[in-house]
Amino acid sequence: MSVLELQEVDVFYGDFQALFEVSFKVEEGQTFACIGANGGGKSTLLRTVAGLQRPASGQVLFHGEPIDQHPAHDRVGMGIALVPEGRRVFPSLTVFENLQIGAYGGRKGEWNTDSVLELFPLLKPLVKRQASSLSGGEQQALAIGRALMANPQLLLLDEVSLGLAPVVIKRIYEAMVLLVGTGTTILVVEQDVQHVLTVADHVACFLEGRISLEGKPSELSSEAITAAYFGM
Amino acid sequence: MSAPAFRIARSTRMHRYVLVVGVLMIGGLASFPLWAQVSFLRTMVTFFTLLALAQMWNLLGGYAGLISVGQQAYIGLGAYGLWLMADVIGLHPFIAVFLAGGLAVLVALPVAPLIFRLHGGYFAIGTWVVAEVVRLVVANIQATGGGSGKTIFSAARLPIDTRINGTYLLALFVAVGSILLVYFLLRSRLGLALTAIRDNELAAQSSGVNVFRSKLYVYLISAFGCGVIGAVVAMNLLRIQPAAAFSISWTAYAMFIVVIGGFGSIEGPIIGTVIYFTLLQSLSQYGTTYMLLLGVIAVVIATKAPRGLWGFIAKRWDLHLFPVRRRLVLEGPPKPEGPAEAGGSEPLAEAS
Amino acid sequence: MDWVNVAIQGILLGGLYALFATGLALVFGVMRMVNLAHGDLGILAAFVALFLFQSLHLGVMWSGLATIAIMFVVGYLLQRGLLNFTLGSDDTRPIVVTFGLSIIIQNGLIMWFSADSQGLDAGQIENISIRINDQLSIGWFPLLVFVTSIVVIALLQTFLNRTKLGRAFRATSDDREAAELMGIDNRHIYGLAMAIALAIVALAGILLAVRTTFDPTQGSFRLIFAFEAVIMGGMGSIWGTLIGAIVLGMSQTLGSQAFGSGWGLLVGHLVFLTVLAVRPSGFFAKTVTA
Repeated sequence: MSVLELQEVDVFYGDFQALFEVSFKVEEGQTFACIGANGGGKSTLLRTVAGLQRPASGQVLFHGEPIDQHPAHDRVGMGIALVPEGRRVFPSLTVFENLQIGAYGGRKGEWNTDSVLELFPLLKPLVKRQASSLSGGEQQALAIGRALMANPQLLLLDEVSLGLAPVVIKRIYEAMVLLVGTGTTILVVEQDVQHVLTVADHVACFLEGRISLEGKPSELSSEAITAAYFGM
Repeated sequence: MSAPAFRIARSTRMHRYVLVVGVLMIGGLASFPLWAQVSFLRTMVTFFTLLALAQMWNLLGGYAGLISVGQQAYIGLGAYGLWLMADVIGLHPFIAVFLAGGLAVLVALPVAPLIFRLHGGYFAIGTWVVAEVVRLVVANIQATGGGSGKTIFSAARLPIDTRINGTYLLALFVAVGSILLVYFLLRSRLGLALTAIRDNELAAQSSGVNVFRSKLYVYLISAFGCGVIGAVVAMNLLRIQPAAAFSISWTAYAMFIVVIGGFGSIEGPIIGTVIYFTLLQSLSQYGTTYMLLLGVIAVVIATKAPRGLWGFIAKRWDLHLFPVRRRLVLEGPPKPEGPAEAGGSEPLAEAS
Repeated sequence: MDWVNVAIQGILLGGLYALFATGLALVFGVMRMVNLAHGDLGILAAFVALFLFQSLHLGVMWSGLATIAIMFVVGYLLQRGLLNFTLGSDDTRPIVVTFGLSIIIQNGLIMWFSADSQGLDAGQIENISIRINDQLSIGWFPLLVFVTSIVVIALLQTFLNRTKLGRAFRATSDDREAAELMGIDNRHIYGLAMAIALAIVALAGILLAVRTTFDPTQGSFRLIFAFEAVIMGGMGSIWGTLIGAIVLGMSQTLGSQAFGSGWGLLVGHLVFLTVLAVRPSGFFAKTVTA
């Protein structure tokens, strides 16, 4: 049974439809990448899986069970953690407190403040600093670490490379490789196609709320991906 | 392809009917002194002042999004202003009523920049503090009669018919005037600015709206209106006291009327006043039970039906009695291309 | 010197005002809501304590403790049952609803207890003074109130800074949606914040009842003083609220002494307006907007 399955999911923001009958499956241990231009619906997808949006029709299944009735704050305990777009670290809390709060509704497991700081050593000297004073890359590391503190089965990453310098993106993806190695199921949304295809074993391209292409990166040509990305 | 010709339309045929009906009603009301009883006239004065007060409160709260819990400051200032202009300075009371509004504006001018530093609920309490300050000053100065207040002798000395009828017509004038004032304001650029501010202050500011000045004008206009209302009330009662003149009850009445009738529309406060007034008359046992009931109804409606009664009606039947909205009307097909379509005026989009 | 006595009275009075103000600041900090019925809820608590004291003949202390517990529950139910539904992008609804609540409470109290002034008789402790020297003496009870306010604020700070739940409060205050993603149910957090706020204001109301007389309409004044303390102290700083409260208390007592008893309140308001004019973000602001 797949870890995550979407069945014909429609999502609206008011009158605007962001997702049209989206269906796909994410298997255990997979690193599933969603790529596509802005407005494609990728962030909406993650927010729906995390519980911040409700589908107007269709279902989201987690381990075969429909979870749409569960509010967002329940889903962490179920094993779903989202690293939201824009990082959204808690500015008035320290780095350490941000990590602590990540464990608030989460589960027991390998990840704790020590192991997370091992994954992101750049955070170690910043542990007592207020999160608002961190740079973009440091905040991104913190946001990922915070999500890990919940020991999720399914980790959702929304545009982690957005607004970051190439050197920082490289470091984030190095950590991602380690994450992939732990066997966590990861659903990652990215605009930076190049980097994400190096870690993903499955990719779906979103165009205006629909999946325009799906498959393994090794089997898809770059022309096919470009075409699907831009809708040509 | 050239852009289609268009114009911004305001009124529809229905609005013209409303205008005619309105003028007839006002004419009818103005004739009351000829045949109605004195007690009835005095009751109607209360009705008119409440209506005007609701319009002024709604101007601030419903349109500009500034909920004030302190307009009683200006009502009281208007009352004392009447005393100052008529009794002390010696002007004719009917003229003094409007100058009393001016006094309220004079006080509102330095107050505004101060309280605009606060927002939302804190702004509301800030307006209350201002009202308290004014009340305390007036209640503690012997010159204004201290805690026991003053009698408006100049009005009391008028021939009784002149006074009763004059006050009535004044009140009617103030009520109609407040409606017209809000109406013309909303049709003006200031009105458009207010709607923008209410929807999203930051966006309005980046679009070039001078937020501070817009709020200031509305605050001053509301203060003026409340001042005049206070003066009319003082004329009607002949006696002013700080506790009554600056009472928070004024805010309670205005808020109740607007909550029931509907925020952000001209029709809302009118309906709200009618309802409130009917309740007042039928539950003639004034006092705490009545106020308690008011509070409960206000809480329920504000929670369940925040747009009020008129909001519900307007939405359900798309009814707008006052032509303050702006509609885009297309006139004719674009020239020179375009199919041979019959030209016509159709409302394309509504913007309020 | 009379002036020193008066100043000290003002400082101690500030302790009482701080207790009224802390709940208001907490609720605003966590959910950006201003509760216009805050003062009235404190007075309501005083009446509840009075009722327990007079009708059930519980001692003052037990009446007080029971009242605080009752108001804690009332706060949670009020927030989750009514006020949570008024929160949203529209600023105006909570103001209107809490104002309506204020009217309901005041008139309800008048109907139940009459508009007369009441007092909670705690016996001797109200009147004991501590003599410092020939000219200086401090009322024992006002000192108790002041110390209580410091203890309460310290406890609240500790709660916010060092406990898991306190962290959740701060996270919710920072970013409500991100807090949801951490597993924090913000309806529950808001309920708890209001519960704590009402427990504190209940304590304030009870202490007020012992210290002086009270009546159903007092709530408005308490709200205004609490508000002035919060604004002067600076948004986001609970200790700042204490300072603001002390400044207010001293302004009132010194104002009364200098100009006569009718003027004390006015001087307090004028000091507030001056601070608003000169330093609108308060003495110790942590956040920018009021």
